[in-house]
Amino acid sequence: MADSRTIKVDYLARVEGEGALDIVIDGDQVSDVKLRIFEPPRFFEAFLRGRDFREVPDITARICGICPVAYQMSAVHAMESVCGVTVGGPLRDLRRLLYCGEWIESHALHVYMLHAPDFLGRHNVVELAQDHPDTVQRGLRLKKTGNAIVDLLGGREIHPINVRVGGFYHIPPDSEFEAIAERLRIAREDALYTIEWVSGFDFPEFEQDYELVCLSHPDEYPFNEGKIVSSKGINVTAQQYHDVFEEHHVGHSTALHSRVLERGNYKVGPLARYSLNFDKLTPAAQQAARDAGLDETCSNPFKSIIVRAVETLYAVDEALRILDNFQRPDAPYLEVEPKAGTGLAGTEAPRGLLHHTYTINDEGIIEHAQIIPPTSQNQATIESDLREFIQPRIDLPDDKLQWQCEQAVRNYDPCISCSTHFLKLRITRR
Amino acid sequence: MRKPKLAVWKFASCDGCQLSLLDCEDELLAVAGAVEIANFPEASSAVVEGPYDVSLVEGSVTTPHDLERIVDIRAQSGLLITIGACATSGGIQALRNFADVREFTRAVYASPEFISTLETSTPIAEHVKVDFELRGCPINKYQLVELIGSFLNRRRANIPHHSVCVECKRKGNPCIPVSNGSICLGPVTHSGCGALCPSYNRGCFGCYGPKELANAESLAAWAKQELEADPATLKRVFHNFNAWASPFKEEGSSHG
Repeated sequence: MADSRTIKVDYLARVEGEGALDIVIDGDQVSDVKLRIFEPPRFFEAFLRGRDFREVPDITARICGICPVAYQMSAVHAMESVCGVTVGGPLRDLRRLLYCGEWIESHALHVYMLHAPDFLGRHNVVELAQDHPDTVQRGLRLKKTGNAIVDLLGGREIHPINVRVGGFYHIPPDSEFEAIAERLRIAREDALYTIEWVSGFDFPEFEQDYELVCLSHPDEYPFNEGKIVSSKGINVTAQQYHDVFEEHHVGHSTALHSRVLERGNYKVGPLARYSLNFDKLTPAAQQAARDAGLDETCSNPFKSIIVRAVETLYAVDEALRILDNFQRPDAPYLEVEPKAGTGLAGTEAPRGLLHHTYTINDEGIIEHAQIIPPTSQNQATIESDLREFIQPRIDLPDDKLQWQCEQAVRNYDPCISCSTHFLKLRITRR
Repeated sequence: MRKPKLAVWKFASCDGCQLSLLDCEDELLAVAGAVEIANFPEASSAVVEGPYDVSLVEGSVTTPHDLERIVDIRAQSGLLITIGACATSGGIQALRNFADVREFTRAVYASPEFISTLETSTPIAEHVKVDFELRGCPINKYQLVELIGSFLNRRRANIPHHSVCVECKRKGNPCIPVSNGSICLGPVTHSGCGALCPSYNRGCFGCYGPKELANAESLAAWAKQELEADPATLKRVFHNFNAWASPFKEEGSSHG
């Protein structure tokens, strides 16, 4: 055809992992969008069979270097639910504190290093630092404080070693928690600054009618616990997950797609949490969101960068609240004896709902494992976003269109090693 | 003088080891000032063509395409450094090497015919010459900075090769297997973590892989006798993040 064009980009950069994006444009119509994930499969769910239930937080952490805490949390909650143990009180607070650390470091990483360069026409954070040295220094400091929490309570930032079924192996000395609280008071200023900074970016008009899915808890912004709810009426427990959602396998991806049964694709992550839990944010976070121009719900995925910044402030304040009320647990963990059965649990990874299902026998040996990460749940929605986004912009030059499409994918902070991994971007016009 | 060109490559992995570079909040901008970050897709959309003075390779070889890619990367690289347990030993995904990968594929995927994978997950050094192997699951970011610094200053990297036990004694930790009866791989595991797990009151589980001349057989015999460890437990202990590295490979397999 006369206007046949192909654009090929070797990598969609600044995402965690590797994937490819194929866009086919026939004349003036987008005819196909495929987010092709061909991260080589690593078969976690297969080799978990035969492992001891106490090994699962260590093993599943290795699915993702950016959000290992999320894997550890979903895993321990699922195992505790099989074994009939509930971890409450100070140990529950410390788990929440650890999760705050991961949210702060992961959100700061994405906001400053992966996503902000898109809005400011830069290739990476090093280029960004040339124009905005003080801002980038603040971002790095914020990220470092999140990492410091994970480092203290988890033992190290990547693949923490201190999480166990029933609690922790060791509770660090009180003086170290006090030192973290000092740093969080500075991080609070950095988080407020971040919200103001990103709210000044230019955002395309792109409101979408999503089915937003996340946890919801009666008393708190969701991390570890809650019912699974959606903007279109889902309200189930983690145990009922498979009654409402299903996974299916498509040829262009080594990550399984998810959908709401008999309905279709949905969206997990910061926009879902924010829109369905605005009333659970602290007054300070609510005010900062309003000052940044957000309503109580947000359906423009490009504004996810503002929502991540607001959630970062929330996580800083929540960490401070936990530390200010800190009570040392009597013991670092509860004893958990294995019981045969199936356990399910979902927690909120920085990128969205992460659901685990395990069946163990009465010796605690795993017989079945199923892990549903946020990015695989979002895959179909990323594709539908791109279809909607490109159509009115079809006349843009290819290089500009490509930049904006990559940015649209990065709205999701996709974690492709989680969902399995590689982004090559190719636009074909014919 | 032109700045050395650094490239970061990914094979089957969790991205955690390359993320260690971005976790160097205090050193990142200094490193970026001393080298040209020529290819680092996780951090930058700008790519500079090879050849590269230094390549950091993360991840293990698990697909037919990987086999070609690693040869190409080697040809374009001055120094090739592997980072992390996946690249140096095949990683946790090397557990497939002891199983039937077709059965694994059927267990995870509804349409196994869509999946292209090798039967094994193998370290980079099984395929090309590697100039330095940095151990760990994940690597220690300070060791990575030391390694890049030593390259820039043309000196030998100060990365010790003793066991976790040595680090643990230096920290003055009580001995975990003696004091609380847990299995600890400290005597046979390469140092680098700072004896992290024993410092948190748990036994080492071997993230940094076997140290040189590790006597895994003796440790297993001791655990069997003194801690009454059963064969299934011993197998799992050695067949973990560095399952494909000798002697963990052989020792794990000898327990059923």
